[in-house]
Amino acid sequence: MSEPVIAIENITKVYRLGEVEVHALRGVSLLVHEGEIMSIMGPSGSGKSTMLNMIGCLDRPTSGRYFLAGVDVGHLNDNQLAHIRNKRIGFVFQTFNLLPRTTALQNVELPLIYAGVKGSERKKRARAALEAVGLGDRLNHRPNELSGGERQRVAIARALVADPTIILADEPTGNLDSKSGAEVMAILQRLNRERGITVVFVTHDPEIAAHTQRIVRLHDGLIVGDEPVLKPKLAGIEG
Amino acid sequence: MNIGESIRIAFRGLSANKMRSLLTMLGIVIGVAAVIALVSIGEGVQSFVASSFQGLGSNLLFVMPGNLSMRQAMSGSGVAFLTMADVAALEDERRAPDVGLIAPESSGTKSVTYGGEKILITIKGVTPEYTIVRNFHPQIGAFFGEAEVKSRARVAVLGQDVVEELFPAGTYPIGETIKIDGTPFRVIGVMEKKGGTGFGSQDEVVFVPITTAQARLFPERSLRGEPVVSLISVKTVSESSIAAASAQITRALRQTHRLAASDEDDFSVINQTDVVNIAGQITGILTIFLGAIAGISLLVGGIGIMNIMLVSVTERTREIGIRKAVGAKRRDILVQFLIEAMVLSTIGGLIGIALGALGSRAISQLMEDMTTVVSVQAVLMAVGFSAAVGLFFGIYPAMRAARLHPIEALRYE
Repeated sequence: MSEPVIAIENITKVYRLGEVEVHALRGVSLLVHEGEIMSIMGPSGSGKSTMLNMIGCLDRPTSGRYFLAGVDVGHLNDNQLAHIRNKRIGFVFQTFNLLPRTTALQNVELPLIYAGVKGSERKKRARAALEAVGLGDRLNHRPNELSGGERQRVAIARALVADPTIILADEPTGNLDSKSGAEVMAILQRLNRERGITVVFVTHDPEIAAHTQRIVRLHDGLIVGDEPVLKPKLAGIEG
Repeated sequence: MNIGESIRIAFRGLSANKMRSLLTMLGIVIGVAAVIALVSIGEGVQSFVASSFQGLGSNLLFVMPGNLSMRQAMSGSGVAFLTMADVAALEDERRAPDVGLIAPESSGTKSVTYGGEKILITIKGVTPEYTIVRNFHPQIGAFFGEAEVKSRARVAVLGQDVVEELFPAGTYPIGETIKIDGTPFRVIGVMEKKGGTGFGSQDEVVFVPITTAQARLFPERSLRGEPVVSLISVKTVSESSIAAASAQITRALRQTHRLAASDEDDFSVINQTDVVNIAGQITGILTIFLGAIAGISLLVGGIGIMNIMLVSVTERTREIGIRKAVGAKRRDILVQFLIEAMVLSTIGGLIGIALGALGSRAISQLMEDMTTVVSVQAVLMAVGFSAAVGLFFGIYPAMRAARLHPIEALRYE
């Protein structure tokens, strides 16, 4: 195992809901090394969404420090965080979050537009990313013309296109049937294996967690377990 | 992210909701079309009025009762009359050597009847000199001469429009008798067609001898019992003596009106340039006024854009969240929505210019004598203004969009 790509030191997050303070994270420390594929598990309200937002640089911790690939991102401003999200992080959401009325290719191009990549180069990379998830023949389909599994694969292509260090997957199979779910898992495992991309799942589904090398369990804003998976399952079909 | 990319995204966003985009644009279209059409009409009126005054002749002076300057009008000292005594003073070679010909007129509106026809029309009591001073001559028949003035003859010379309005088609007017305010007058001539001037149409006038007019039609008298004159047109001996003649007239009239040195003039002497300037000021105000009214509709159009952009930001909260998650900066979102608003308003503006130009052309064709011109300034102003409206009313919704927190935006249902 090499450099820690995620180094979280004693992070807390407090939300204010009117008069009430909600302690979503109460002091969490975590090291994730480059090339790991792991999952963060916990029941709803355990702080795992907050954890995902922190790791994904969508939000800042109330206290504690977070180094992403050696950079202290805890105190960056909004624009700097946007830049980190653009370059370092790919998101895969349960609800896909594709832009409607926009083709698969255009959806995948989106991160590259904000990275300032020019037209033809951008199209080439977006096409390559779609081909990598097996959608080379669906470039000009809109989300409503694609099946759930295909939509999620477009989302993975979008997460992948800017060559991120980490892919963050939030219940990626939650809205899919088991066959499509297996396909999605297989793609993510392959990206981890072949490209060395660190993949972090946030889930409450033990079946997903069983496909990863390590499971971190959250409860009430604290880490209550951190164990390796002895024999990670390999998702079928694609292999 | 570059501007071309933003514009493409904006077009994609707008074409997703074509009907709504069109309706939103409509406000700007109407506003800009109104500005272009009304300003071009205003400018048409302006050049029309200016050109009609320009035709008066450059060695012409007009003497009017009352002081045209604001100060006098505000002081409310009352308007003095011009009288035949003033006319006599100006005719005095020694007092006003640079004054050439003098044409006083006593005018007012009276009813004129012929057969069953009855119209209200301007009656001008004038002297024969009027035809020379104003360069306005009879086409058929003759104007009256000194003899008719001396004898207070009941003769009339008609403007062309009067003939058309009063007589049945095909009637030869000379020798017919019309009644002005009940008094019969014999028609001895019909004037040539002159068209409108800034004073109203010259063709809708009935000319009678000034003495007849003062004796029978306009009983108004000054405090000293002198018949009242409403306007004195003066032709100076040459174009270069305008200033001298103007000074002589002023001096002579101040004497006959017995004004002390500290008193303001109670009359005005104006020349063609003054008239053109005054008319230009009035029509300029008209143009600004029309433009301002149209500008208000442009403002309303802008509010429409703002309204729709606010709705759009709310509807697309999730899209904004997605864009932010994949790395859009605040500025990227701001620019995207701002450009959307500006694309709406600018396209609306361009359509509006086309419609406004068509409208002004139609008006130009409907109203003879008036050429409306769509000026380059008006077009540039309309384009600039509509883009500015987009910018101004787009900035608030765009800032709302840019400020959205990515997590909340992503969770928005």
